[in-house]
Amino acid sequence: MLSALIVLTLLSLAFGLLLGFSSIRFKVEGDPVVDQIDALLPQTQCGQCGYPGCRPYATALAEGNEEINRCPPGGEAGIQALADLLGREVIPLDPEAGEESEPELAIIDEHACIGCTLCIQACPVDAILGAAKQMHTVIESECTGCKLCLDPCPVDCILMVPNPESLNSWKWPYPASKQPTAAQHKTAS
Amino acid sequence: MPVEQLSHFHGGLKLPGFKALSTNSPIQKMALLAEYRLPLQQHIGEPAEAIVSVGERVLKGQMIAQAQGSISAPIHAPTSGTISAIDKQAVAHISRLPATCITLTSDGLDEASPAHPLGETYRQLGKQTLYEHLRQAGIVGLGGATFPTATKLALASRRPLKTLIINGAECEPYITCDQKLMEERADEVLKGIHVLIHSLRPRQCLIGVEDNKPAAINALNEALKNDPTPSSVSIKIVAIASLYPTGGEKQLIKVLTDQEVPSGGFPGDLGIVCQNIGSAYAIYRAIYEAEPLISRIVTLTGAGIQNPGNWEVLIGTPIKQLSQAGGGYTDDVQRLIMGGPMMGLALHSDELPISKASNCILALSSSELPKTETVSPCIRCGVCVEVCPANLLPQQLYWHSRAKDFDKAQDNNLFDCIECGCCDYVCPSHIPLVSFYRYAKTQIWNAERERQKADQARERHQFREQRIELAKQEKEAKMAKRRAALKAKKAGDSSSSAKQDAIKAALARVQAKKSNKASNSEGTQG
Repeated sequence: MLSALIVLTLLSLAFGLLLGFSSIRFKVEGDPVVDQIDALLPQTQCGQCGYPGCRPYATALAEGNEEINRCPPGGEAGIQALADLLGREVIPLDPEAGEESEPELAIIDEHACIGCTLCIQACPVDAILGAAKQMHTVIESECTGCKLCLDPCPVDCILMVPNPESLNSWKWPYPASKQPTAAQHKTAS
Repeated sequence: MPVEQLSHFHGGLKLPGFKALSTNSPIQKMALLAEYRLPLQQHIGEPAEAIVSVGERVLKGQMIAQAQGSISAPIHAPTSGTISAIDKQAVAHISRLPATCITLTSDGLDEASPAHPLGETYRQLGKQTLYEHLRQAGIVGLGGATFPTATKLALASRRPLKTLIINGAECEPYITCDQKLMEERADEVLKGIHVLIHSLRPRQCLIGVEDNKPAAINALNEALKNDPTPSSVSIKIVAIASLYPTGGEKQLIKVLTDQEVPSGGFPGDLGIVCQNIGSAYAIYRAIYEAEPLISRIVTLTGAGIQNPGNWEVLIGTPIKQLSQAGGGYTDDVQRLIMGGPMMGLALHSDELPISKASNCILALSSSELPKTETVSPCIRCGVCVEVCPANLLPQQLYWHSRAKDFDKAQDNNLFDCIECGCCDYVCPSHIPLVSFYRYAKTQIWNAERERQKADQARERHQFREQRIELAKQEKEAKMAKRRAALKAKKAGDSSSSAKQDAIKAALARVQAKKSNKASNSEGTQG
C-alpha cells in the first residue's frame, strides 16, 4: 500500500516536472489559431468585416466573439473553410458586411488625378505610387481591390475594373453537359 | 530492326491512323507571304518580351523578342521586313483571349542576318555554351509541350544521365510531320542527336519509333549506317508497337526502359531525358546552319482539305494561307483543329497564326465528325480505368472534379493525368471527362495563385503597419525631445532672472557709486 503510494507520487512528480519543463522549452510564440484563421482570409484588408484589416478579424474569430460570415471577399468558400477550421455551422454571408463579388482592380484616371496623395495614405498594401502634386498610379500586381482608395479621392478619378484575364490566368469553364470539346472529339472509325 | 522484349504501359488505345492521307507527297515549302504574326507566348513559361519597335526593319533570323526569366524562349523574325504592329491579336488558345503578337510585313527579299554556323566545331564547346546557343535560337520542345529545350537539357545534365530517348513515336491519328522528317531528313536529325549526345553524355541513346512507320525506321537505320562521325555512345532505333499514347513522355519511357516515372517526379529522376525528333532537327538547324527556330513541319490533313500533305511552314504563317497552299478546303469542311483529333484544339477561325506548337492542322469533313451525343450519367463501368495510360482512376477524378472537391481529386493524382483523352473516347455515357480534369486543374492553379497573392498582400500590409508604427514612434520621440528642449529653455529663463538680478544689483551699485561721486564732487566744489 505504502510502496504503491510512493511510486504513484514519484511518477506524478516526474511527469509534472516533464510537463512543466516542456511547457517552457516548447513554448509557442504567438497564437497559432489566429495564424491559421489569418491564412484562410483573403488578405484584401478592406475592412468590410468592421475590423481594421484581416488579422484583427482573425483575432476576434479566435476569441470566439465574432461570426464567421463577415468577409465578403472570402465569400461562400471562405465561410466554408472557416467553418471547417473552427468547427462552426456554415451560415450565409452577412449582408451588412457586403456582397460577394469577383476580385477587382483599382485604376486611376491619370488625366484627372490632381496628386493629392489621399489615396496613397488610404491604401492598406502600399499599392499606389505617386507624390504630392504628381500623377499617381496603381501597381496592378499589388492591388487587392479593397476599394479603400475610392472614398478619399476628392476628384473621383479612381474606378474599379474586373481583374484582367491573361492566357496564363484563364480558367477552364465548368463543362456543360452537351457541347463536345476538342479533346472529347473522337475519330470516326 | 532490333528484336527486343519491350515493356508496355497500362491501358492505351488502338486507334485508326489516317496517316496515309498526308504521307503521299514529300515535304513542301510554302511561298513567302506578305505578313506574319508572331505571338509572344509560344512556349511554356514567361512570354517573350518584344525588343523591336513598330516601323523597324528586321532581317530573317533576327531576334525580335527576348526570353524573360529562366523558363522562356526568344522569338525570331521568319523573314526580312518591317514590324508593322505590336498589339493584342487573336491566337490559338482555348480561351479565345487575345494575346500580344508582333506583326511582320515581309519585304519579299528574305534577306538573312549574317550567320556564323558552328558546324562540327560545336564539339569543342562546353555544354553551358552550347545550351546558351540553343536558348538564343529559341528552340522549344516540338512534341507539343513547348518546354524550352535549353532549360530542359540544363536541368537534365545536372545529374548523371543513363539514357537519352528520342521520341519519334507520333502516336496521334492523322499527324505525320515527325514521320516525314525522319523519312526525308534522317541525316540531319542524326546530326542533331549527336549534338544532344555530346552535351548530355548519356550511356545510351534510344530512338523510339512506332512500327507503323517502316520507311522512317529504314531511313534512320540507313543514316546510322552511313554516319560519317559515329558516336562512342550506342544509338539504337527501336520499333515500338503502335498504341495511343505511346508518344507520351512517361509512356515511351515505360515502353523503352521498363521504368516508371514516379508520380510528381521527372524523367531526370531515373537518369533519363526525352527529346522530340522535331527538336533534334531544330537543334541541327541551329548548330549547323545558325538558323533559329523560325520554321517547322506542319501536317495539313483531313478530308476537309483538297491536297493533304506536310509543309515546311514559317512560324507566324496564318492557317488560312497554309490551307490555300493545300488547295483550299473541300465543300464539306466542318471543323478546324490545331493538333490531332485526341488532344487538339478546335479553332474558331483560320486567321490564327501557326506557332512553334502547331504540329498539325486538321480539317474534318462531316463524315469524320463525331456525333454529338447527349451526356448520360456515369454507370461506373470502369472502362476508363482500363484504358488510362497513367494508371489513374478516371471515374474517381470525374466525381471529385464534378463535385468541386479538388483536394480529393489531387489525392487521386489529378496532376498525373496527361489529358490524352482515352477515357473520353471509350466512355459509353459520353461524359467530357478531360474537360472536367482541365477545369479542376485550372481551378487548383488559380487557388494557388490567389494564395500567393494573399501572402504578398499580408506581408505588404504588415510592413505598412510597422512603418506607420515606426513613424509614430519617431514622431513621439521628436516631440519628447522638443518638450525636453522647451523645459530646458524655461529652466534657462529662470536662471536668467538671477542674472537680471545681478545686473540690477550691479546697476544699483553703479547708481550708488555715481551718487557718491556726485556728493563727493559737490563736497570738493563746496
